Amino acid sequence: MTIVFYTAGTIAVAATVLTVTRFHAVHALLYLIVSLLAVSVIFYDFGAPFVAALEVIVYAGAIMVLFVFVVMLLNLGEQASRAEHALLTPSMWIGPAILVAILLAQFVWLLVRGGAPPAARAEIGSVEVGMALFGRYLMGAELASMLLLAGLVGAYHLGWRKAPKVEVTHASHP
Amino acid sequence: MLPIREGFILSAVLFVLGVIGVLVRRNIVFVLMSIEVMLNAAGLAFVVAGTRWRQPDGQVIFLFILAMAAAEVSVGLALVLELYHRYKSLDTDVMNRMRG
Repeated sequence: MTIVFYTAGTIAVAATVLTVTRFHAVHALLYLIVSLLAVSVIFYDFGAPFVAALEVIVYAGAIMVLFVFVVMLLNLGEQASRAEHALLTPSMWIGPAILVAILLAQFVWLLVRGGAPPAARAEIGSVEVGMALFGRYLMGAELASMLLLAGLVGAYHLGWRKAPKVEVTHASHP
Repeated sequence: MLPIREGFILSAVLFVLGVIGVLVRRNIVFVLMSIEVMLNAAGLAFVVAGTRWRQPDGQVIFLFILAMAAAEVSVGLALVLELYHRYKSLDTDVMNRMRG
């Protein structure tokens, strides 16, 4: 358990340092995804498999896809083809690929070696989390849903562009 | 035995890296990414604490952090697109003039 924690923690710190120091936004995004995956392995190692799955699905999946969309939207034009060309060079993806390969090896090792979680780890599964979330924290869950609705409406309002005015009123008024 | 203290140390290191990113970078997309790193580090601290006391509360708080991060990112990235549309730049130093 300890070796998994230290390796994943080292990968998380290294990937975060590379995230902060890269110049190209797509490089930084790839390293940020690696950092989130490393934290997800740490969650699994700490006996929180539900949160580990959510970290992969929501953080590394949904939120990072939003970032990738925005980064891709922001360099449209003649830069886009050059950026696409740069994406295919091995120097772009070899660093994140190596780090993710280490994480994958750790995860496979955790699954193959253990099978059942060891008794010392005291896993807190999704059942207990769900009982707490919709029991004691029911009001918090409702507030989180309202926050997500507010975020949805806010993002829609900010992204809304006015349609060009159609000159109908002048034409109908001679 | 789980490395509880080292988990908190890792969380603090990740948080400080996020703070450095917010302070150093001038590109607003990188600032948003650093904020994500900081939120993730705070969630890691909650989960480690929940494991330490064997309670599900830490994971529940992590779910709240996750929802908050999703809402923050959607509004923040919409603002980034609007700012790029208005200033044709992502540099935060370009946007430091207020009206008035």
